[in-house]
Amino acid sequence: MTTSAADLLLWVALPYVCLAVFVVGHIWRYRHDQFGWTSRTSQLFEHRWLRWGSPLFHLGAFMVIGGHIVGLAVPDSWTEAAGISEHAYHTTAVWAGSVAGVAMVTGLGMLCARRLLTRRIRLGTDRSDKLLFPLLAATVLLGISATAAHNVFGAGYDYRESISVWFRGIFTLRPQPEAITGAPLLFQLHALTACLLFAAWPFTRLVHVWSAPIGYLSRPYLVYRRRAIAQAPVPHGAPAQQPGTRRSRHPA
Amino acid sequence: MKVMAQVAMVMNLDKCIGCHTCSVTCKQTWTNRTGVEYAWFNNVETKPGVGYPRRYEDQERWKGGWMLDKRGRLVLRSGGRVKRLLSLFSNPDLPSIEDYYEPVTYDYDNLVSAPAQDDVPVARPRSVLTGKPTAITWGANWEDGLGGAPEHAGGDPNLSGEWAQKVKFEFEQTFLFHLPRLCEHCLNPACVSACPSGAMYKRVEDGIVLVDQDRCRGWRMCATACPYKKVYINHATGKAEKCTFCFPRIEAGQPTVCSETCVGRLRYLGVLLYDADRVGEAAATPDEKDLLDAQRGVFLDPSDPQTVAAARRSGVPEDWLEAARHSPVYDLVMRYKVALPLHPEYRTMPMVWYVPPLSPVLDAVDAAGGDQDDPDHVFTAVTRLRIPLEYLAELFTAGDTDVVAGVLMKLTALRSYMRERSLGEVGDETALKAVGLTGREAEDLHRLLAVAKYADRYVVPAAHKEDSAALSAMENRCPVEFSGDAQPTDGRRVMLGIPTLRRRTSDAPAGGHL
Repeated sequence: MTTSAADLLLWVALPYVCLAVFVVGHIWRYRHDQFGWTSRTSQLFEHRWLRWGSPLFHLGAFMVIGGHIVGLAVPDSWTEAAGISEHAYHTTAVWAGSVAGVAMVTGLGMLCARRLLTRRIRLGTDRSDKLLFPLLAATVLLGISATAAHNVFGAGYDYRESISVWFRGIFTLRPQPEAITGAPLLFQLHALTACLLFAAWPFTRLVHVWSAPIGYLSRPYLVYRRRAIAQAPVPHGAPAQQPGTRRSRHPA
Repeated sequence: MKVMAQVAMVMNLDKCIGCHTCSVTCKQTWTNRTGVEYAWFNNVETKPGVGYPRRYEDQERWKGGWMLDKRGRLVLRSGGRVKRLLSLFSNPDLPSIEDYYEPVTYDYDNLVSAPAQDDVPVARPRSVLTGKPTAITWGANWEDGLGGAPEHAGGDPNLSGEWAQKVKFEFEQTFLFHLPRLCEHCLNPACVSACPSGAMYKRVEDGIVLVDQDRCRGWRMCATACPYKKVYINHATGKAEKCTFCFPRIEAGQPTVCSETCVGRLRYLGVLLYDADRVGEAAATPDEKDLLDAQRGVFLDPSDPQTVAAARRSGVPEDWLEAARHSPVYDLVMRYKVALPLHPEYRTMPMVWYVPPLSPVLDAVDAAGGDQDDPDHVFTAVTRLRIPLEYLAELFTAGDTDVVAGVLMKLTALRSYMRERSLGEVGDETALKAVGLTGREAEDLHRLLAVAKYADRYVVPAAHKEDSAALSAMENRCPVEFSGDAQPTDGRRVMLGIPTLRRRTSDAPAGGHL
């Protein structure tokens, strides 16, 4: 099976470029924009829709991410070796995936609705949000449509024999673009928007994912700090700035 | 014993005229920025009244501060660690902007750009958040001077007891006093304890509670946990901001802006030494009414040689020890015991204390046909008066009216004695003795409370530069700007909380996130 230049571009070059942007972008953002690194909460402005939309979206997202890790990273030979039949696997995946997907889509829909309908939130929506929300919505909707069209109502498509192989090939540095070229269009589009989402990630509010405050479970309640023993003030935006030198630069 | 020093504040409420100069100068210094238009690090409330944000003292609703669980352990009222992480996606107890108020600006431009017409052009209010014309229906000092009290003030959470039936809001029967509020810079801060990312901290050197803007991730738990609702969410940056106790000024040995500009000269700043090891134990005192004494028990006598030795071991500098010995705050809180903490029952061990106001009591003496210069009449009034003694007790002593009555009697005796003295009489010390003061102490307290010289009110030792280069970073520039020595290389200055959002002139953005 030969792969065309377009396939190489879409299924090898694009994923690697996006991954590179993802990694380098995060390093850059972490070093230069601690001040902008936040969940950018808008609960102050609207809480009725957020109260349902945000937990639905986030908890749905956790399940969806978990499902993707299992479905993409774990080869089907492993699950079969563990004694889980193909049929049992797919039944579970479709059921759990549907619940998670519906929760995530409902939640995201509510979050998008409040963002669009509440004027003060809409006005507080910045450029990164205008990129993130459509991209995230497209990825999620394509993903759930692909699952619905092919695996819930359709004849069933075994992505573990194709898309997962392509996915693992990216990370094992043995790219296999031919594994995904035969996949249904909805799955392909889902994979492409996901790549773009990963590229956009470090430049959006999605970075707050990496700040999940797990350490809070074990740290002492009271935090004492001495006044920072800092070097001479570094001009803002100077290239050689180290993380930490801006600590307590804006205590307010 | 771990001795720590804290710069603390006392306010003498008898002298507050509610002019809001402290609030305005604070706002001009710290919160005249997009994102915190609605935030007042310092605000002045009229009491009785629901306050700002509305009914913030209703902890059943807002879940601020600490409480004791069934086993007597100190826990955050908003929930433990697991519950907090579970409510990250939607905080059920966060006030919304309506609980504060919708900030507005005015169409000032219309005043000069309106075409010639028969009517005088007006500047209509416009919401800062939506840009739309809006009606102003609430504000940070909406209830100023009991404005709207017959309608609203009954919602004051302090008016919950049976005695509150007697509180009237008719003009002839009511009472009021002003209550300036800012961050309490607590010894046991609930906001710090609730911050999931560990961005909030209490400074070891001076006890000031700050938010590290670089580490705040906008989880908004601090705003819920603070029972005084003095941590605000900057809606433009999505980060928490709060009163800084004007730390650049404190570090330079100067009083905070609110203190410096107080025209009534009612604020006092000074160092208190305390034993950090005993804070948790004191905050967990079983009976709420014992919390005042428990907190006083944590403070240390700066002239006690053992304390001084322990303070030196803990690294408290000599000039800070010296300042602690001359601290007006120590005098008012510990020596004369006329200052009381605001809502000790929140168990955060607040460090902004208040001398309760005598004026409403004196009004009541007059109304009852008594002579307010006669201590006997006033003493009688203080003990018999069910209002507002219970009210003051709700605010300052977790409901213990005896303590408030004791302070008011002390102030009455002082006033009566000093009146005699200033009229050239010898002064009858019997009333003083009854409240535990000597003539000499009365003169001293009078000098502190009534004469209130600048140098007596503010005893703030400067920070030690040798352990703080952060200070030098502050010396040459405004704290909300960056040093002017180099133009930013990327052409995008990211200034403190000044985003590109919601600027009607988009051609001159001051900076922004991404």
